[in-house]
Amino acid sequence: MKSLRLSTPFLLLLPAIIVLAATIALPLLFSLYSSFTPYRLTRPESLYVLIGFRNYMNAFTDPVFWVAFGRTVLLLTVALNLEMLFGLGVALLVEKATRGQRFLRTLMMFPMMFSPILVGFQFKFLFNDNVGLVNNALQSLGITETAIPWLIDSSLAFISILIAEVWSSTPVFAILLLAGLLAMPREPIEAAKVDGCTPWQSFRFVTWPFITPFAYIAMTIRSLDVGRAYDIVKIMTDGGPARRTELLWTLIARTGYSDARMGSANAMAYASILLSILFTVYFFRKLAAARQQIAAEW
Amino acid sequence: MTRNQSSRRLRFFGRIAHATGLFLVALVICLPGAWIILNSLRPTVEIMAKPAIWIPKSLTLDAYTAMFSSVGHGGVPVWDYFRNSLIISITSTAIAIAIGISGGFAFARYRFRGKSALFLGLMLTRTVPGIALSLPLFILFARLDIIDTHFALIVAYVALNVPFTIWLIDGFFRQVPKDLAEAAQIDGCTRWQAFWQVEFPLAGPGVASAAIFAFLTSWNEFALASQLTRSVNSKTLPVGLLDYTSEFTIDWRGMCALAVVMIAPALALTFIIQKRLVSGLTFGAVKG
Repeated sequence: MKSLRLSTPFLLLLPAIIVLAATIALPLLFSLYSSFTPYRLTRPESLYVLIGFRNYMNAFTDPVFWVAFGRTVLLLTVALNLEMLFGLGVALLVEKATRGQRFLRTLMMFPMMFSPILVGFQFKFLFNDNVGLVNNALQSLGITETAIPWLIDSSLAFISILIAEVWSSTPVFAILLLAGLLAMPREPIEAAKVDGCTPWQSFRFVTWPFITPFAYIAMTIRSLDVGRAYDIVKIMTDGGPARRTELLWTLIARTGYSDARMGSANAMAYASILLSILFTVYFFRKLAAARQQIAAEW
Repeated sequence: MTRNQSSRRLRFFGRIAHATGLFLVALVICLPGAWIILNSLRPTVEIMAKPAIWIPKSLTLDAYTAMFSSVGHGGVPVWDYFRNSLIISITSTAIAIAIGISGGFAFARYRFRGKSALFLGLMLTRTVPGIALSLPLFILFARLDIIDTHFALIVAYVALNVPFTIWLIDGFFRQVPKDLAEAAQIDGCTRWQAFWQVEFPLAGPGVASAAIFAFLTSWNEFALASQLTRSVNSKTLPVGLLDYTSEFTIDWRGMCALAVVMIAPALALTFIIQKRLVSGLTFGAVKG
């Protein structure tokens, strides 16, 4: 009887495990193997030649790789922090709204439903130096005479991509933080007010600890698919011009498909996979810790 | 009296600032989309005009009629892409939900060893960036000769959707009290009947929102689709969007029109799920 009880959940989970093993785990093992070969799509027989860590050595000694890696980490850090900040701001604004809260909540979700490729296209259009809304507005208002090369200058292009990324993902934070704010019991805040807390103090020491688990849920969800930024960059600049906006993911795509060097692309892909896993595990553990703390305090 | 007045004035300004803030947020959210819709209706001459024309002089549906008739020079076969997107998204969603119900139920109702490790493990499969996953899938699918088929994308999307579906459905099942199913079993239901007649109907709306979310993920996916599809056989709408860009010119108006076609179903579905999605994700955040 006991063994039967133990096996039921595994039986139920079996389809999920099989699918994920077959379409994700096994292909990843295969790509791990091929990262130790000089595999090129044009020469299939090269799949059976082992060259040890040479692909990794090549990638890790290549400045192009490290520049792309650094830029990716920078983009993720800045984007996640800004999204958190704006998300919190929007959530607080909407929570205070007395009318039309439902409408505002629906509106807030819109950017989430935009495909990343659409977000990229939309901001490529807005920031286009010739026909874009931003330059048109700046020129019509007489702020600048010449067109600003938003997607061509390297730091401006980075900022444009950052704006697109923040625009599309802030709602994840806003919506989950709003859910936290709405789920919060009223009494502690009133008690804090009676005890003479300033609005800032009651936010910092009462509200914020309560909504941190929600912030970490949002962080975890976001870190589940940070790789989506590839779509945005792909259509906005495709890593160009002259690699000025190259991210890890565009570099992988270029090495694997355009140069057909699958072996070294897979080696770099592993670096990007480890990066994502690191982000997710970090936030997941924070989430678990925050949950326990809340459970102990309330 | 003066103190009363000044505090009233302060509150008045606070309310103004609050309304302005909300307005700005709404503007930033809506403006890009509104700009796309507006430009899908304007003739190309007006889009390109310098200095910019702010008040549209003529609005036409030409871009849409051209897109859907897809005749003439360089017509993009939007109907085919639309069909592919629909077939692939619906099939993969259905399979992912079936797997997700069984997996989510296991997480919500059973205690077993290594539960949280397994949960984290399932989630980690989702973190693999699409482009990194596309490399081995591309090689393997090429060997199996299923590149550029619906089947290849459906398999990939099921795997992409299963982890998140399990997370959501787990949350929805945990909101259904355990006692209900037990009561049904005492009244003579089998476990199987108790699930389908008591627990499933109660979690049903949640499952539906999970389905919509999975559908949107497939509908919007680009990184995998761009590598695993080649032609009208299986190209989806996000990949098709790039058909409008050639080396040096971009058909802004056509792209805007296609963007509207892509986003319309997604927005309609958003209205349906918005509330439940959040409750599924956050359930257990406070109660642990």
